[in-house]
Amino acid sequence: MIKIDNHINDEPEYYQLSVGGEIDASSSIHLEEGLKNAMQASKKIIVDLAELEYISSAGLGVFMSIIQELDNQNIKFIIYGMAPKVYEVFEILGLNQLISIKKDKEEALEAIK
Amino acid sequence: MHQFKTNCKRERLKEIRHFVAEVLGDIGFSEIDAHKVILAVDEVCANLIIHSNKCNPSECLELFIEDHGKDGVLFEIIDYGIGFNYNNYKEPNLEEIIRKRKKGGLGIMLVKNIMDTVEFKNEENKNICRMIKKFTRTK
Repeated sequence: MIKIDNHINDEPEYYQLSVGGEIDASSSIHLEEGLKNAMQASKKIIVDLAELEYISSAGLGVFMSIIQELDNQNIKFIIYGMAPKVYEVFEILGLNQLISIKKDKEEALEAIK
Repeated sequence: MHQFKTNCKRERLKEIRHFVAEVLGDIGFSEIDAHKVILAVDEVCANLIIHSNKCNPSECLELFIEDHGKDGVLFEIIDYGIGFNYNNYKEPNLEEIIRKRKKGGLGIMLVKNIMDTVEFKNEENKNICRMIKKFTRTK
């Protein structure tokens, strides 16, 4: 239902979390775990959502709940690759104004430099 | 009238979305419109399953979808758990959610944004959520 992979890159240094499938009230816990692990491991995180087909408020809530912590810990955090229908859900709640969202990996890496 | 009955487990949400997607496709919703409406139904069902029925698998949830032509599509979701008092619902403040690191309160906000009409009522021990969505037909 939800697919999560991570990749730690050394040069340049970043932590890539790839999230695919569907995030709803039954699977958002896995997103939360994935993000927590990423935040413990790196100060530069990029999240690839290209394979994400669906996200409900349970998943959006997970992203919102880490915003303050990202700021406190000075973690650079970028989401990228969202399909238009998924981006629209972020937009409805105004989350696109609160989290840095880029079109593709190239832009995301540029933003965390 | 299309109907779907399931029990109150979070794992059923995917089946509910699948059912709604099939019905909306048949009615003639575009993919992008359907995606939002599926989300709204999912949000209400998730709330009912988790909060009204405490994920009790012996409780059930019924969903009805009816095409009312130019008046839109009617969605009715019925359950028998603790009723949701929509009148007391206060739209959450996003900054407060971020500051307090809360995760709840966003679902109904999405539903209100997506659907044209949303009402919750209680009739003879059952809770009814009634929503209407108007849309541009692709068929």
